[in-house]
Amino acid sequence: MNVRDTVWQALGTVLDPELDEPITALDFVASCTVSGDGVASVHLRLPTFFCAPNFSFLMVADAYDAVSAVEGVTRADVVLDDHHASTEINGGVAAHAGFLQTFAGEADAELAELRQYFLEKAVIAGQDRVARPLVDAGVGPDELAALTLGAAPPSPDLDRLRARRAALGLPAGDGAPLLIHPDGSRVTAAQVPLHLRRARLTRLGMESNGDLCKSFLKTRYADPAAIR
Amino acid sequence: MYEKNGEKYFVVDSHMHFWDASRENWVEGRENLAKGWIDCFYGYHTLAPPETHWTWEKYLKVTPEDLMRDVFEEGYVDKAIFQSTYLKYWYKDGFNTTERNASLLEQNPDKFIVNGRWDPRDGEAGLRQLEEDARRWNLKGVKLYTAEWHENGSRGWKLTDKESYRFLEKCRELGIKNIHAHKGPTIWPLNKDAFSMEDVDQTATDFPDLNFIIEHAGIPRIDDFAYMAVQEPNVYAGCSVVIGAHMHARPKSFAKFMGELLFWVGEDRMTFGSDYNIWTPKWQIEGFVDWQMPDDEAFSDYPRLTTATKKKILGLNAAKLYGIEVPEECRLPEAPSIPEQPGEQLADEATPAGAQA
Repeated sequence: MNVRDTVWQALGTVLDPELDEPITALDFVASCTVSGDGVASVHLRLPTFFCAPNFSFLMVADAYDAVSAVEGVTRADVVLDDHHASTEINGGVAAHAGFLQTFAGEADAELAELRQYFLEKAVIAGQDRVARPLVDAGVGPDELAALTLGAAPPSPDLDRLRARRAALGLPAGDGAPLLIHPDGSRVTAAQVPLHLRRARLTRLGMESNGDLCKSFLKTRYADPAAIR
Repeated sequence: MYEKNGEKYFVVDSHMHFWDASRENWVEGRENLAKGWIDCFYGYHTLAPPETHWTWEKYLKVTPEDLMRDVFEEGYVDKAIFQSTYLKYWYKDGFNTTERNASLLEQNPDKFIVNGRWDPRDGEAGLRQLEEDARRWNLKGVKLYTAEWHENGSRGWKLTDKESYRFLEKCRELGIKNIHAHKGPTIWPLNKDAFSMEDVDQTATDFPDLNFIIEHAGIPRIDDFAYMAVQEPNVYAGCSVVIGAHMHARPKSFAKFMGELLFWVGEDRMTFGSDYNIWTPKWQIEGFVDWQMPDDEAFSDYPRLTTATKKKILGLNAAKLYGIEVPEECRLPEAPSIPEQPGEQLADEATPAGAQA
Protein backbone atom coordinates (compact mmCIF):
# COMPACT_ATOMS: atom_id res chain seq x y z
CA MET A 1 0.00 0.00 0.00
CA ASN A 2 1.38 3.46 -0.84
CA VAL A 3 1.60 6.20 1.77
CA ARG A 4 -1.46 8.03 0.43
CA ASP A 5 -3.62 4.92 0.89
CA THR A 6 -2.26 4.36 4.39
CA VAL A 7 -3.07 7.97 5.29
CA TRP A 8 -6.60 7.48 3.97
CA GLN A 9 -6.91 4.34 6.06
CA ALA A 10 -5.70 6.25 9.12
CA LEU A 11 -8.34 8.92 8.52
CA GLY A 12 -10.89 6.10 8.52
CA THR A 13 -10.16 5.54 12.21
CA VAL A 14 -11.19 9.11 13.07
CA LEU A 15 -14.79 9.33 14.25
CA ASP A 16 -17.26 12.15 14.42
CA PRO A 17 -17.74 11.77 18.18
CA GLU A 18 -21.38 12.78 18.13
CA LEU A 19 -22.37 10.55 15.20
CA ASP A 20 -20.00 7.64 15.92
CA GLU A 21 -19.12 7.31 12.23
CA PRO A 22 -15.72 7.65 10.47
CA ILE A 23 -15.05 11.04 8.88
CA THR A 24 -14.20 9.28 5.61
CA ALA A 25 -17.64 7.66 5.41
CA LEU A 26 -19.28 10.99 6.29
CA ASP A 27 -17.53 12.71 3.37
CA PHE A 28 -15.84 15.14 5.74
CA VAL A 29 -12.45 14.68 4.02
CA ALA A 30 -12.38 17.23 1.21
CA SER A 31 -8.90 16.33 -0.02
CA CYS A 32 -5.94 14.18 0.95
CA THR A 33 -2.53 14.26 -0.73
CA VAL A 34 1.01 13.21 0.17
CA SER A 35 4.00 14.91 -1.47
CA GLY A 36 7.15 13.12 -2.60
CA ASP A 37 8.97 14.12 0.60
CA GLY A 38 6.21 12.76 2.83
CA VAL A 39 4.21 15.89 3.66
CA ALA A 40 0.57 14.82 4.11
CA SER A 41 -1.93 17.56 3.38
CA VAL A 42 -5.51 16.95 4.49
CA HIS A 43 -8.49 19.30 4.22
CA LEU A 44 -11.61 18.61 6.26
CA ARG A 45 -15.07 20.08 5.79
CA LEU A 46 -18.26 19.96 7.87
CA PRO A 47 -22.01 20.13 7.16
CA THR A 48 -22.46 23.69 8.46
CA PHE A 49 -20.49 26.84 9.21
CA PHE A 50 -21.68 26.60 12.81
CA CYS A 51 -21.01 22.95 13.65
CA ALA A 52 -20.13 22.89 17.35
CA PRO A 53 -16.47 23.82 17.80
CA ASN A 54 -15.86 21.14 20.43
CA PHE A 55 -16.71 18.27 18.05
CA SER A 56 -14.90 20.02 15.23
CA PHE A 57 -11.76 20.41 17.31
CA LEU A 58 -11.78 16.73 18.27
CA MET A 59 -11.99 15.62 14.65
CA VAL A 60 -9.18 17.87 13.45
CA ALA A 61 -6.96 16.90 16.39
CA ASP A 62 -7.67 13.19 15.96
CA ALA A 63 -7.00 13.42 12.23
CA TYR A 64 -3.73 15.18 12.92
CA ASP A 65 -2.65 12.45 15.36
CA ALA A 66 -3.73 9.61 13.07
CA VAL A 67 -1.99 11.00 10.00
CA SER A 68 1.18 11.95 11.89
CA ALA A 69 1.55 8.36 13.08
CA VAL A 70 1.60 6.91 9.54
CA GLU A 71 5.01 5.54 8.55
CA GLY A 72 6.50 7.60 5.75
CA VAL A 73 4.70 10.81 6.73
CA THR A 74 7.26 13.45 7.61
CA ARG A 75 4.79 16.20 8.41
CA ALA A 76 0.99 16.40 8.70
CA ASP A 77 -0.93 19.51 7.68
CA VAL A 78 -4.57 19.08 8.67
CA VAL A 79 -6.82 22.00 7.95
CA LEU A 80 -10.53 22.59 8.60
CA ASP A 81 -12.15 24.67 5.83
CA ASP A 82 -15.14 27.02 5.88
CA HIS A 83 -15.91 26.99 9.60
CA HIS A 84 -16.61 29.89 11.95
CA ALA A 85 -13.76 28.76 14.19
CA SER A 86 -11.37 27.52 11.45
CA THR A 87 -8.61 29.93 12.40
CA GLU A 88 -8.59 29.03 16.10
CA ILE A 89 -8.97 25.30 15.54
CA ASN A 90 -6.33 24.97 12.82
CA GLY A 91 -3.88 27.10 14.78
CA GLY A 92 -4.53 25.21 18.00
CA VAL A 93 -4.11 21.77 16.48
CA ALA A 94 -0.95 22.71 14.58
CA ALA A 95 0.53 24.14 17.78
CA HIS A 96 -0.44 21.00 19.76
CA ALA A 97 -2.51 23.15 22.08
CA GLY A 98 -5.44 21.52 23.83
CA PHE A 99 -8.99 22.70 23.41
CA LEU A 100 -8.83 24.78 26.60
CA GLN A 101 -5.78 26.68 25.47
CA THR A 102 -7.14 27.11 21.95
CA PHE A 103 -10.36 28.65 23.24
CA ALA A 104 -8.84 30.36 26.25
CA GLY A 105 -11.51 32.10 28.27
CA GLU A 106 -14.34 30.46 26.34
CA ALA A 107 -14.23 26.77 27.11
CA ASP A 108 -14.14 25.42 30.63
CA ALA A 109 -13.53 21.72 30.17
CA GLU A 110 -11.24 19.55 28.12
CA LEU A 111 -12.98 17.25 25.71
CA ALA A 112 -12.25 13.84 27.20
CA GLU A 113 -15.53 13.89 29.09
CA LEU A 114 -17.43 14.81 25.95
CA ARG A 115 -15.84 11.98 24.03
CA GLN A 116 -16.70 9.58 26.85
CA TYR A 117 -20.33 10.75 26.90
CA PHE A 118 -20.79 9.91 23.22
CA LEU A 119 -18.87 6.65 23.40
CA GLU A 120 -21.28 5.57 26.14
CA LYS A 121 -24.16 6.43 23.83
CA ALA A 122 -22.52 4.49 21.00
CA VAL A 123 -22.32 1.44 23.27
CA ILE A 124 -26.04 1.72 24.09
CA ALA A 125 -27.05 2.28 20.45
CA GLY A 126 -24.77 -0.54 19.31
CA GLN A 127 -26.63 -3.02 21.50
CA ASP A 128 -29.81 -2.24 19.59
CA ARG A 129 -28.05 -2.70 16.24
CA VAL A 130 -26.94 -6.18 17.24
CA ALA A 131 -30.01 -7.25 19.21
CA ARG A 132 -32.80 -5.84 17.02
CA PRO A 133 -32.57 -8.50 14.25
CA LEU A 134 -32.65 -11.18 16.97
CA VAL A 135 -35.73 -9.63 18.58
CA ASP A 136 -37.39 -9.50 15.16
CA ALA A 137 -36.57 -13.19 14.70
CA GLY A 138 -38.41 -13.99 17.93
CA VAL A 139 -35.56 -14.30 20.44
CA GLY A 140 -37.01 -13.61 23.90
CA PRO A 141 -35.77 -11.70 26.98
CA ASP A 142 -34.34 -14.78 28.74
CA GLU A 143 -32.18 -15.77 25.80
CA LEU A 144 -31.12 -12.17 25.11
CA ALA A 145 -30.07 -11.63 28.72
CA ALA A 146 -27.93 -14.79 28.55
CA LEU A 147 -26.43 -14.11 25.11
CA THR A 148 -22.68 -13.44 25.01
CA LEU A 149 -20.70 -11.43 22.47
CA GLY A 150 -19.02 -14.64 21.30
CA ALA A 151 -22.36 -16.33 20.64
CA ALA A 152 -23.99 -13.36 18.84
CA PRO A 153 -24.08 -13.65 15.03
CA PRO A 154 -20.92 -12.07 13.56
CA SER A 155 -21.49 -8.72 11.81
CA PRO A 156 -19.76 -5.38 11.29
CA ASP A 157 -22.13 -3.95 13.92
CA LEU A 158 -20.92 -6.50 16.44
CA ASP A 159 -17.26 -5.63 15.70
CA ARG A 160 -18.05 -1.96 16.05
CA LEU A 161 -19.80 -2.54 19.39
CA ARG A 162 -16.85 -4.52 20.73
CA ALA A 163 -14.40 -1.81 19.66
CA ARG A 164 -16.43 0.93 21.43
CA ARG A 165 -16.77 -1.17 24.57
CA ALA A 166 -13.06 -1.87 24.62
CA ALA A 167 -12.36 1.85 24.22
CA LEU A 168 -14.40 2.53 27.35
CA GLY A 169 -12.83 -0.32 29.30
CA LEU A 170 -16.12 -2.24 29.32
CA PRO A 171 -16.20 -6.04 28.91
CA ALA A 172 -15.64 -6.84 25.23
CA GLY A 173 -14.46 -10.47 25.21
CA ASP A 174 -16.30 -13.52 23.89
CA GLY A 175 -17.71 -14.39 27.30
CA ALA A 176 -19.10 -10.91 28.04
CA PRO A 177 -22.87 -10.45 27.90
CA LEU A 178 -24.23 -8.66 24.84
CA LEU A 179 -26.63 -6.56 26.91
CA ILE A 180 -25.04 -4.47 29.63
CA HIS A 181 -25.85 -1.35 31.62
CA PRO A 182 -23.63 1.73 31.25
CA ASP A 183 -21.59 0.54 34.25
CA GLY A 184 -20.88 -2.79 32.54
CA SER A 185 -23.19 -4.89 34.69
CA ARG A 186 -25.42 -7.55 33.14
CA VAL A 187 -29.01 -6.74 32.14
CA THR A 188 -31.48 -9.18 33.72
CA ALA A 189 -34.24 -10.82 31.70
CA ALA A 190 -36.83 -8.64 33.45
CA GLN A 191 -34.92 -5.51 32.46
CA VAL A 192 -34.55 -6.47 28.79
CA PRO A 193 -37.73 -4.80 27.40
CA LEU A 194 -36.95 -1.37 28.91
CA HIS A 195 -33.26 -1.72 28.13
CA LEU A 196 -33.95 -2.36 24.46
CA ARG A 197 -36.49 0.45 24.30
CA ARG A 198 -33.82 2.78 25.54
CA ALA A 199 -31.14 1.40 23.23
CA ARG A 200 -33.43 1.89 20.24
CA LEU A 201 -34.13 5.49 21.23
CA THR A 202 -30.48 6.39 21.64
CA ARG A 203 -29.75 4.85 18.25
CA LEU A 204 -32.56 6.89 16.69
CA GLY A 205 -31.13 10.15 18.05
CA MET A 206 -27.64 9.41 16.73
CA GLU A 207 -28.61 7.99 13.35
CA SER A 208 -31.17 10.66 12.49
CA ASN A 209 -28.63 13.31 13.45
CA GLY A 210 -26.21 11.64 11.06
CA ASP A 211 -28.84 11.72 8.30
CA LEU A 212 -29.41 15.42 8.90
CA CYS A 213 -25.68 16.15 8.79
CA LYS A 214 -25.32 14.20 5.54
CA SER A 215 -28.09 16.12 3.83
CA PHE A 216 -26.66 19.48 4.99
CA LEU A 217 -23.23 18.48 3.70
CA LYS A 218 -24.74 17.53 0.35
CA THR A 219 -26.50 20.89 0.08
CA ARG A 220 -23.37 22.76 1.08
CA TYR A 221 -20.94 20.91 -1.19
CA ALA A 222 -22.93 19.91 -4.23
CA ASP A 223 -20.09 17.85 -5.72
CA PRO A 224 -18.99 14.66 -3.95
CA ALA A 225 -15.53 14.65 -2.44
CA ALA A 226 -12.94 14.81 -5.18
CA ILE A 227 -10.98 11.88 -3.84
CA ARG A 228 -11.58 8.20 -3.12
CA MET B 1 -58.74 26.31 11.56
CA TYR B 2 -58.06 23.29 9.37
CA GLU B 3 -60.89 21.06 8.23
CA LYS B 4 -60.48 17.57 6.78
CA ASN B 5 -63.03 14.79 6.38
CA GLY B 6 -65.53 16.63 8.53
CA GLU B 7 -63.07 17.06 11.42
CA LYS B 8 -62.17 20.56 12.58
CA TYR B 9 -58.67 21.23 13.92
CA PHE B 10 -57.99 24.34 15.99
CA VAL B 11 -54.38 25.26 15.23
CA VAL B 12 -51.98 26.98 17.62
CA ASP B 13 -48.57 27.58 16.08
CA SER B 14 -46.69 27.69 19.35
CA HIS B 15 -43.22 28.35 17.99
CA MET B 16 -42.68 30.81 15.14
CA HIS B 17 -40.58 33.83 14.19
CA PHE B 18 -40.43 37.03 12.16
CA TRP B 19 -36.75 37.52 11.49
CA ASP B 20 -34.54 40.02 9.74
CA ALA B 21 -31.37 38.50 8.29
CA SER B 22 -31.09 41.07 5.50
CA ARG B 23 -27.64 42.39 4.57
CA GLU B 24 -28.48 45.83 6.00
CA ASN B 25 -28.78 44.17 9.40
CA TRP B 26 -25.38 42.44 9.35
CA VAL B 27 -22.86 43.83 11.83
CA GLU B 28 -19.82 45.23 10.08
CA GLY B 29 -16.84 42.91 10.39
CA ARG B 30 -19.07 39.99 11.37
CA GLU B 31 -20.77 39.47 8.02
CA ASN B 32 -19.47 35.90 7.84
CA LEU B 33 -21.27 35.04 11.08
CA ALA B 34 -24.53 36.69 10.00
CA LYS B 35 -24.42 34.94 6.65
CA GLY B 36 -23.28 31.66 8.22
CA TRP B 37 -26.25 31.69 10.56
CA ILE B 38 -28.90 32.18 7.90
CA ASP B 39 -27.15 29.71 5.58
CA CYS B 40 -27.44 27.17 8.35
CA PHE B 41 -31.18 27.85 8.65
CA TYR B 42 -31.55 27.66 4.88
CA GLY B 43 -30.15 24.13 5.05
CA TYR B 44 -33.10 23.23 7.27
CA HIS B 45 -35.48 25.03 4.89
CA THR B 46 -34.52 22.71 2.03
CA LEU B 47 -35.80 19.71 4.01
CA ALA B 48 -39.37 20.78 3.17
CA PRO B 49 -41.21 19.67 0.01
CA PRO B 50 -39.53 21.38 -3.01
CA GLU B 51 -42.66 23.26 -4.07
CA THR B 52 -42.57 25.18 -0.77
CA HIS B 53 -38.96 26.34 -1.09
CA TRP B 54 -38.13 30.05 -1.22
CA THR B 55 -35.08 31.62 -2.79
CA TRP B 56 -32.25 32.44 -0.41
CA GLU B 57 -32.89 36.16 -1.03
CA LYS B 58 -36.51 35.92 0.05
CA TYR B 59 -35.48 33.81 3.04
CA LEU B 60 -33.41 36.68 4.44
CA LYS B 61 -36.49 38.73 5.31
CA VAL B 62 -40.19 38.39 4.61
CA THR B 63 -42.71 41.23 4.71
CA PRO B 64 -45.56 41.44 7.23
CA GLU B 65 -47.92 40.70 4.32
CA ASP B 66 -45.98 37.50 3.50
CA LEU B 67 -46.24 36.35 7.09
CA MET B 68 -49.97 37.07 7.43
CA ARG B 69 -50.68 35.17 4.21
CA ASP B 70 -48.36 32.21 4.88
CA VAL B 71 -49.45 31.69 8.47
CA PHE B 72 -53.12 32.69 8.63
CA GLU B 73 -54.66 32.90 5.15
CA GLU B 74 -52.96 29.87 3.62
CA GLY B 75 -51.58 28.28 6.77
CA TYR B 76 -54.76 27.52 8.79
CA VAL B 77 -53.26 28.92 12.01
CA ASP B 78 -55.74 30.33 14.55
CA LYS B 79 -53.25 31.67 17.04
CA ALA B 80 -49.50 32.12 16.58
CA ILE B 81 -46.98 32.45 19.38
CA PHE B 82 -43.84 34.44 18.65
CA GLN B 83 -40.57 33.27 20.15
CA SER B 84 -37.66 35.65 20.02
CA THR B 85 -34.00 35.10 19.13
CA TYR B 86 -31.68 38.05 19.66
CA LEU B 87 -28.20 37.32 18.22
CA LYS B 88 -27.20 40.97 18.42
CA TYR B 89 -23.56 39.92 18.22
CA TRP B 90 -23.90 39.74 14.45
CA TYR B 91 -27.33 41.23 13.60
CA LYS B 92 -27.41 44.98 14.32
CA ASP B 93 -31.05 45.21 15.44
CA GLY B 94 -31.19 41.59 16.50
CA PHE B 95 -32.43 38.62 14.46
CA ASN B 96 -35.94 38.33 15.81
CA THR B 97 -36.47 40.49 18.87
CA THR B 98 -39.58 40.78 21.00
CA GLU B 99 -40.04 44.35 19.71
CA ARG B 100 -39.90 43.22 16.11
CA ASN B 101 -42.40 40.45 16.75
CA ALA B 102 -44.65 42.82 18.66
CA SER B 103 -44.82 45.19 15.68
CA LEU B 104 -47.26 42.68 14.14
CA LEU B 105 -49.20 42.23 17.37
CA GLU B 106 -50.28 45.86 17.38
CA GLN B 107 -52.09 45.50 14.05
CA ASN B 108 -53.45 42.01 14.77
CA PRO B 109 -54.07 41.76 18.50
CA ASP B 110 -56.30 38.68 18.22
CA LYS B 111 -53.89 36.67 16.05
CA PHE B 112 -50.69 36.67 18.05
CA ILE B 113 -49.21 35.99 21.43
CA VAL B 114 -45.79 37.52 21.93
CA ASN B 115 -43.39 35.72 24.24
CA GLY B 116 -40.57 37.49 25.99
CA ARG B 117 -37.08 36.40 26.94
CA TRP B 118 -34.56 36.84 29.70
CA ASP B 119 -30.97 36.01 30.40
CA PRO B 120 -29.88 35.57 34.02
CA ARG B 121 -26.52 37.12 33.19
CA ASP B 122 -28.25 40.49 32.70
CA GLY B 123 -28.83 40.70 36.46
CA GLU B 124 -30.95 43.49 37.99
CA ALA B 125 -31.36 45.31 34.69
CA GLY B 126 -32.67 42.09 33.16
CA LEU B 127 -35.22 41.65 35.94
CA ARG B 128 -36.49 45.19 35.47
CA GLN B 129 -36.67 44.67 31.70
CA LEU B 130 -38.67 41.49 32.22
CA GLU B 131 -41.17 43.33 34.44
CA GLU B 132 -41.52 46.05 31.87
CA ASP B 133 -41.93 43.58 28.98
CA ALA B 134 -44.48 41.57 30.95
CA ARG B 135 -46.62 44.68 31.51
CA ARG B 136 -46.23 45.93 27.96
CA TRP B 137 -47.09 42.69 26.18
CA ASN B 138 -48.99 40.81 28.85
CA LEU B 139 -46.44 38.01 28.72
CA LYS B 140 -47.60 34.44 29.34
CA GLY B 141 -44.39 32.82 28.18
CA VAL B 142 -40.68 33.28 27.51
CA LYS B 143 -38.10 31.67 25.23
CA LEU B 144 -34.71 30.88 26.71
CA TYR B 145 -31.40 30.00 25.07
CA THR B 146 -29.06 28.48 27.61
CA ALA B 147 -26.27 28.09 25.06
CA GLU B 148 -26.24 31.75 24.00
CA TRP B 149 -23.06 33.77 24.26
CA HIS B 150 -23.02 36.88 26.39
CA GLU B 151 -21.07 40.13 26.16
CA ASN B 152 -19.66 39.44 29.66
CA GLY B 153 -17.66 36.62 28.07
CA SER B 154 -19.83 33.73 29.26
CA ARG B 155 -20.60 31.04 26.70
CA GLY B 156 -23.74 29.64 28.25
CA TRP B 157 -25.74 29.19 31.46
CA LYS B 158 -27.97 26.69 33.23
CA LEU B 159 -31.57 26.92 34.35
CA THR B 160 -30.37 25.82 37.79
CA ASP B 161 -28.00 28.79 38.19
CA LYS B 162 -28.85 30.85 41.27
CA GLU B 163 -29.50 33.93 39.15
CA SER B 164 -31.75 31.92 36.84
CA TYR B 165 -33.93 30.92 39.80
CA ARG B 166 -34.45 34.62 40.59
CA PHE B 167 -35.81 35.10 37.08
CA LEU B 168 -38.01 32.01 37.36
CA GLU B 169 -39.41 33.33 40.63
CA LYS B 170 -40.06 36.64 38.89
CA CYS B 171 -41.92 34.75 36.14
CA ARG B 172 -44.06 33.11 38.79
CA GLU B 173 -44.84 36.49 40.32
CA LEU B 174 -45.71 38.03 36.94
CA GLY B 175 -47.95 35.14 35.87
CA ILE B 176 -45.57 33.93 33.15
CA LYS B 177 -46.30 30.21 33.23
CA ASN B 178 -44.69 28.89 30.06
CA ILE B 179 -40.94 28.52 29.85
CA HIS B 180 -39.81 27.50 26.36
CA ALA B 181 -36.21 26.29 26.48
CA HIS B 182 -34.20 25.67 23.34
CA LYS B 183 -32.50 22.32 23.81
CA GLY B 184 -32.15 21.31 20.24
CA PRO B 185 -29.53 21.07 17.53
CA THR B 186 -26.21 22.41 18.78
CA ILE B 187 -25.09 25.67 17.30
CA TRP B 188 -22.14 27.41 18.93
CA PRO B 189 -21.88 25.74 22.30
CA LEU B 190 -18.31 25.16 23.33
CA ASN B 191 -18.98 23.15 26.42
CA LYS B 192 -20.50 19.80 27.09
CA ASP B 193 -23.06 21.31 29.43
CA ALA B 194 -24.52 23.61 26.81
CA PHE B 195 -26.82 20.88 25.51
CA SER B 196 -27.30 18.96 28.72
CA MET B 197 -30.90 18.62 29.93
CA GLU B 198 -30.10 17.90 33.55
CA ASP B 199 -30.88 21.49 34.44
CA VAL B 200 -34.45 21.14 33.10
CA ASP B 201 -34.99 18.05 35.23
CA GLN B 202 -34.09 19.78 38.48
CA THR B 203 -35.82 23.05 37.63
CA ALA B 204 -39.08 21.38 36.60
CA THR B 205 -39.15 19.65 39.99
CA ASP B 206 -38.44 22.89 41.85
CA PHE B 207 -41.07 24.89 39.90
CA PRO B 208 -43.99 22.47 39.58
CA ASP B 209 -46.39 25.35 38.84
CA LEU B 210 -44.49 26.38 35.69
CA ASN B 211 -44.58 24.53 32.36
CA PHE B 212 -41.32 23.72 30.59
CA ILE B 213 -41.71 23.31 26.86
CA ILE B 214 -38.51 21.84 25.47
CA GLU B 215 -38.28 23.01 21.90
CA HIS B 216 -37.21 20.51 19.29
CA ALA B 217 -37.70 17.81 21.96
CA GLY B 218 -33.99 17.84 22.67
CA ILE B 219 -33.22 16.31 19.25
CA PRO B 220 -30.67 14.87 18.58
CA ARG B 221 -30.40 14.03 22.28
CA ILE B 222 -34.00 12.81 22.32
CA ASP B 223 -33.06 9.94 24.65
CA ASP B 224 -31.92 12.32 27.39
CA PHE B 225 -35.08 14.34 26.85
CA ALA B 226 -37.43 11.36 26.97
CA TYR B 227 -36.07 9.92 30.24
CA MET B 228 -36.35 13.32 31.84
CA ALA B 229 -39.84 14.07 30.49
CA VAL B 230 -41.22 10.69 31.54
CA GLN B 231 -40.64 11.70 35.15
CA GLU B 232 -41.68 15.37 35.04
CA PRO B 233 -45.40 16.01 34.48
CA ASN B 234 -44.78 19.70 33.71
CA VAL B 235 -42.31 19.05 30.86
CA TYR B 236 -43.63 19.27 27.29
CA ALA B 237 -42.19 18.25 23.92
CA GLY B 238 -42.17 21.22 21.55
CA CYS B 239 -42.50 19.57 18.13
CA SER B 240 -41.05 22.41 16.07
CA VAL B 241 -38.31 20.96 13.81
CA VAL B 242 -39.52 17.43 14.70
CA ILE B 243 -42.19 17.77 12.00
CA GLY B 244 -40.50 20.34 9.75
CA ALA B 245 -37.12 18.65 9.37
CA HIS B 246 -38.29 15.05 9.22
CA MET B 247 -41.87 14.48 8.07
CA HIS B 248 -41.07 15.11 4.41
CA ALA B 249 -37.30 14.53 4.20
CA ARG B 250 -36.93 11.53 6.53
CA PRO B 251 -40.32 9.86 6.89
CA LYS B 252 -38.99 6.79 8.70
CA SER B 253 -37.09 8.83 11.27
CA PHE B 254 -40.19 10.98 11.67
CA ALA B 255 -42.35 7.94 12.40
CA LYS B 256 -39.87 6.80 15.05
CA PHE B 257 -39.69 10.25 16.63
CA MET B 258 -43.47 10.41 16.83
CA GLY B 259 -43.66 6.88 18.19
CA GLU B 260 -41.05 7.56 20.86
CA LEU B 261 -42.58 10.88 21.94
CA LEU B 262 -46.05 9.35 22.16
CA PHE B 263 -44.61 6.50 24.19
CA TRP B 264 -42.45 8.44 26.65
CA VAL B 265 -44.07 11.86 26.80
CA GLY B 266 -47.62 11.20 25.64
CA GLU B 267 -50.10 13.02 23.41
CA ASP B 268 -51.19 15.42 26.17
CA ARG B 269 -47.73 16.98 26.40
CA MET B 270 -46.78 17.55 22.76
CA THR B 271 -47.20 20.89 21.01
CA PHE B 272 -47.05 21.90 17.34
CA GLY B 273 -44.81 24.72 16.12
CA SER B 274 -44.15 25.45 12.45
CA ASP B 275 -40.91 27.31 13.18
CA TYR B 276 -41.90 29.85 10.51
CA ASN B 277 -39.89 31.38 8.76
CA ILE B 278 -37.82 28.23 8.58
CA TRP B 279 -40.86 26.54 7.02
CA THR B 280 -44.46 27.53 6.27
CA PRO B 281 -47.20 25.88 8.37
CA LYS B 282 -49.51 24.80 5.51
CA TRP B 283 -47.68 21.66 4.35
CA GLN B 284 -46.84 20.66 7.90
CA ILE B 285 -50.46 20.80 9.09
CA GLU B 286 -51.93 19.13 5.98
CA GLY B 287 -49.26 16.44 6.08
CA PHE B 288 -49.60 15.78 9.79
CA VAL B 289 -53.38 15.40 9.66
CA ASP B 290 -53.00 12.88 6.81
CA TRP B 291 -50.13 11.09 8.51
CA GLN B 292 -50.30 7.73 10.27
CA MET B 293 -47.76 5.37 11.81
CA PRO B 294 -46.56 3.01 9.03
CA ASP B 295 -47.95 -0.55 9.10
CA ASP B 296 -44.42 -1.95 8.81
CA GLU B 297 -43.40 -4.46 11.53
CA ALA B 298 -40.63 -2.12 12.73
CA PHE B 299 -43.26 0.37 13.96
CA SER B 300 -45.73 -2.13 15.41
CA ASP B 301 -45.04 -1.39 19.08
CA TYR B 302 -45.47 2.39 18.76
CA PRO B 303 -48.81 3.99 19.72
CA ARG B 304 -51.13 4.85 16.80
CA LEU B 305 -52.40 8.38 16.30
CA THR B 306 -56.10 9.05 16.64
CA THR B 307 -57.93 12.15 15.39
CA ALA B 308 -57.98 13.29 19.02
CA THR B 309 -54.18 12.88 19.23
CA LYS B 310 -53.72 15.14 16.24
CA LYS B 311 -56.18 17.74 17.56
CA LYS B 312 -54.32 17.89 20.85
CA ILE B 313 -50.89 18.22 19.27
CA LEU B 314 -51.92 20.76 16.62
CA GLY B 315 -53.65 23.12 19.01
CA LEU B 316 -55.58 21.95 22.04
CA ASN B 317 -52.56 21.30 24.26
CA ALA B 318 -51.02 24.71 23.60
CA ALA B 319 -54.43 26.37 23.98
CA LYS B 320 -54.58 24.92 27.49
CA LEU B 321 -51.10 26.17 28.36
CA TYR B 322 -51.90 29.69 27.17
CA GLY B 323 -55.55 29.89 28.18
CA ILE B 324 -56.71 30.35 24.58
CA GLU B 325 -60.46 30.05 24.02
CA VAL B 326 -61.22 27.15 21.65
CA PRO B 327 -64.46 27.28 19.60
CA GLU B 328 -67.01 24.67 20.68
CA GLU B 329 -66.85 22.85 17.32
CA CYS B 330 -63.11 22.19 17.70
CA ARG B 331 -63.11 20.90 21.27
CA LEU B 332 -62.87 17.29 22.30
CA PRO B 333 -65.59 15.78 24.44
CA GLU B 334 -64.52 16.06 28.08
CA ALA B 335 -63.36 12.60 29.02
CA PRO B 336 -62.01 11.41 32.34
CA SER B 337 -58.38 12.34 32.12
CA ILE B 338 -56.24 9.23 31.62
CA PRO B 339 -52.86 10.36 30.38
CA GLU B 340 -51.79 8.33 27.36
CA GLN B 341 -48.14 7.72 28.10
CA PRO B 342 -47.26 4.02 28.08
CA GLY B 343 -43.60 4.69 28.80
CA GLU B 344 -44.35 5.87 32.32
CA GLN B 345 -45.74 2.49 33.25
CA LEU B 346 -42.83 0.60 31.75
CA ALA B 347 -40.32 2.87 33.44
CA ASP B 348 -42.09 2.48 36.79
CA GLU B 349 -42.33 -1.29 36.56
CA ALA B 350 -38.81 -2.00 35.53
CA THR B 351 -36.65 0.86 36.78
CA PRO B 352 -33.39 -1.07 36.76
CA ALA B 353 -30.27 -0.26 38.69
CA GLY B 354 -27.84 1.58 36.49
CA ALA B 355 -30.42 2.37 33.82
CA GLN B 356 -29.86 6.10 34.10
CA ALA B 357 -27.80 6.56 30.98
